Amino acid sequence: MKLQLKGVTKRFGTFTANDRIDLTVQPGEIHALLGENGAGKSTLMNTIYGLYSPEEGEILLDDKLVTFNGPGDAVEAGIGMVHQHFMLIPVFSVTESVMLGYEPTRKAGIIDFAEARRRVQEISARFGFDVDPDAMIEDLPVGAQQRVEIIKALSRDAKVLILDEPTAVLTPQETDELITIMRQLRESGTSIVFITHKLREVRAIADKITVIRRGKIVGQALPESTETELASLMVGREVNLTTQKEPAEPGDIGFSVKDLTVLSGAGKVVLDNVNLDIARGEILCVAGVDGNGQTELAEAIVGLRSAVAGTITLDGTNLRRMNVKERLNSGIGFVPEDRSTDGVIPGFTVTENFVLDQYDQQPYSNGVAMKPSVMREAAVQQISRFDVRLGTVDDPISTLSGGNQQKVVLAREMSRDIRFFLASQPTRGLDVGSIEFVHRTIIEERDKGTPCLIVSTELDEVSNLADRIAVMYRGVVVGVVPGDTDRDVLGLMMAGVPVEEAYAQAKDHHTILGEADEEAQT
Amino acid sequence: MSDQHTPEQVTDAETTAVHAEPRQEAEARLQPIKWKFPITYALLALLSLSAFTFLSPTGAVTQFRLATGSDFVALPAVNVPSFAGALVLSLLQLAMAALAIYCAARRIKLGVWLPMLFGLFFVLAFLIYAGAGRGAFIPVVTLLAGALMLSVPLIFGAMCGLVGERSGIINIAIEGQLLAGAFLAAVAASFFTSAYVGLLAAPFAGAAVGGLLVWFAVKYHVNQIIVGVVLNVLVIGLTSFLYSTVLTQNSELWNARQQLPRLPIPGLSQIPIIGPVLFNQTILVYLMYVIVFALHILVFKSRWGLRMRAVGEHPKAADTVGINVPRTRIFNTVLAGGIAGLGGAYFTVGQGLAFGQEMSAGQGFIALAAMILGRWNPKGALLAALLFGFSTSVGQVLSTIGTPVPSEMLLMLPYVITIFAVAGFVGRVRPPAAEGVPYIK
Repeated sequence: MKLQLKGVTKRFGTFTANDRIDLTVQPGEIHALLGENGAGKSTLMNTIYGLYSPEEGEILLDDKLVTFNGPGDAVEAGIGMVHQHFMLIPVFSVTESVMLGYEPTRKAGIIDFAEARRRVQEISARFGFDVDPDAMIEDLPVGAQQRVEIIKALSRDAKVLILDEPTAVLTPQETDELITIMRQLRESGTSIVFITHKLREVRAIADKITVIRRGKIVGQALPESTETELASLMVGREVNLTTQKEPAEPGDIGFSVKDLTVLSGAGKVVLDNVNLDIARGEILCVAGVDGNGQTELAEAIVGLRSAVAGTITLDGTNLRRMNVKERLNSGIGFVPEDRSTDGVIPGFTVTENFVLDQYDQQPYSNGVAMKPSVMREAAVQQISRFDVRLGTVDDPISTLSGGNQQKVVLAREMSRDIRFFLASQPTRGLDVGSIEFVHRTIIEERDKGTPCLIVSTELDEVSNLADRIAVMYRGVVVGVVPGDTDRDVLGLMMAGVPVEEAYAQAKDHHTILGEADEEAQT
Repeated sequence: MSDQHTPEQVTDAETTAVHAEPRQEAEARLQPIKWKFPITYALLALLSLSAFTFLSPTGAVTQFRLATGSDFVALPAVNVPSFAGALVLSLLQLAMAALAIYCAARRIKLGVWLPMLFGLFFVLAFLIYAGAGRGAFIPVVTLLAGALMLSVPLIFGAMCGLVGERSGIINIAIEGQLLAGAFLAAVAASFFTSAYVGLLAAPFAGAAVGGLLVWFAVKYHVNQIIVGVVLNVLVIGLTSFLYSTVLTQNSELWNARQQLPRLPIPGLSQIPIIGPVLFNQTILVYLMYVIVFALHILVFKSRWGLRMRAVGEHPKAADTVGINVPRTRIFNTVLAGGIAGLGGAYFTVGQGLAFGQEMSAGQGFIALAAMILGRWNPKGALLAALLFGFSTSVGQVLSTIGTPVPSEMLLMLPYVITIFAVAGFVGRVRPPAAEGVPYIK
């Protein structure tokens, strides 16, 4: 099916998320929509899918004008969408998830489970998916959940399939499987719109690339373009995607966790005997698919979550029995995973957010009295050092962009005298410029001799920052490998394959993206 | 400083293949042993032994009456020697407590038979003690019939809460819905001098309260708990006002007693013990059986149930497959209100009583607790409501035959159980994920 957009405009209040977008997707084409975080890609796709109604413009399917009052209409017309955050219900079985909204029923509205199961099996067999129709969604790995989403779309005869950042949660090997599936679908005549901000994938997968920037289409490109060309088109200026850094000069061990074990609220093991040593002047990145214990590791270190066993040692002191405040005061700098809920208080001013963990200490307070002028002065000074773009430091921090909010968090944590730096997903949702800045700042901190622990699910970020990489899978550290380890090896480790075996397997079998990388290098 | 994986980590990782099952063993090893249940059993068994057994006068006899007049076979009254009977039951409880302690230490899981059987023995031991040497019969049929009777509004209320919360609307207003149902049933029945008209009218009162709740919750995204509390106050105020003005001025016209007739099911109602309890009831109770059974099937096996659960768990996911989230919530909450309204009719026409101020007396909240204790399942909620009804019934029966324990202590029991239930003593409860969260696109 041919999908055509003409002058589609979507505004939220005064903000124009999509500005007169024209786009044509031919039948049987994989069309990549490339753009930075916040460029308006997801808004556009939600508009096509009927979740938003556009202020202006037309959507045409096979040259026929269509209007959608809701996702139901879009599905009816043959559009399927796999959302970035899966639209699956954790406590439902695969069969229930796939049939929801289109249930085969017998009399009195009783569901024909046999028929529904048969449909799931038929589609999984057609594309060679290995999905158990009776498995619970919450028990499935993310890769399998994504396949359930694809089955869901296909079971409704989707002719245009929209994939929103489909690789964000996958290991390289799972990405490989996804690419195969996408190609298979293309062969069978399905048009695919594929949203991403990752340049590597675009070049390997797409037939055609459309680049979107600040809500506007800024150009078309072919997969033969180089990454640098695509990057400058996407960002609007020359960018350097890898941060320059000197090799690490690790000193003695500054921070270590030993046999750290943490249980979830429901009593499941989320961290299982984790051992990590980080030297002064070294960045250790924790890689892994989201939800394999990384969040819990960071929270256990900073004291937001209590460990049932193990030690956390900073400069020879065991922190495990301390509360959060004592741990921060003993020299941990912490950048939490979710900036908007844990990193800042949105309604507080920039200054207040800047002193959030030091408001009761010298020089910002004296006994019970705070010293607003000292606080403000310090905030102004740090804000210029960290290049935060803002009106004044007296504005609520919610008026700042995500990148600038993150810079305030970094400024707060790094303005203290820290002896260990811990950041969880430090660049999630940021634009390329802010990502560059955050990475440079972290490397500077390392060069000052601070041991750094960075948790990240983005392999690009891990490869860019890490001196060593610890890979986590289901609460276990699968292994610790050098920073320049091949992504195929990391990907296998992210799926739980032990180090030696991962090396051996990666040697035998390259992923599509891995091969593309090698070709680009030669 | 480079490649630093210890052999230990590698072996650990080998057990974790790509699609491995969660590591159950490691979890079992690290779980703190849960002592609360074994300790509770042990304490109760000791109480049973020390109080119920040794305080029973030696040589006394407790008499249980099992029969009513219309049974097929007239069962004789059972005489139990008090001391020996309580001793045997207490020893059985002690043995079960020991088993529970042993299994907890070995991390062996036990089924639900243990608490149920334990509870039965404990209650029997208590009854033997309470009736020891008093010369009065313990009327078993009355006890059970009373339990069912007291459970009826709870069961209706719990089903109402379940339907609402499964679609994502917290319903604190069950109390108000019961009361509104009781009121309208009484008034309509009195006006038309027919209990059945009252029964037909009652659901509309409950549905109207449900409608108000969901209107504020869905249209204006108001905090559902606050709306629920306000609605309770509103219904209490409104019915009390009308009661003290219109209803008392002309009670012959507006608030005359009407009673639903009992419809004994031929044959079934003559089975000893359970026959008169279950099958000699009014149409309202039979309707309750139908509703509980229907919900048990429909919530999990029908299109309506699947969509309702989807909306309550993840409304956005439901929206993306074309399910109208607000409409689903409105429909289900109004329907749920109707169920509670019907249950409210039990207070008036169901028992042949006139309407009285605040006659629902907090039963709506107990119903909510029954729903939570039953983990949002029709079957579980039914059992929990019956448990509450039974404990109240024991209190009432014993207060009439006179016991060594103050009856207030016994009447307190359902509320004590409620507090433990809501505090999660019975294990991890998992409410619908989107419960109470307004869906805003």
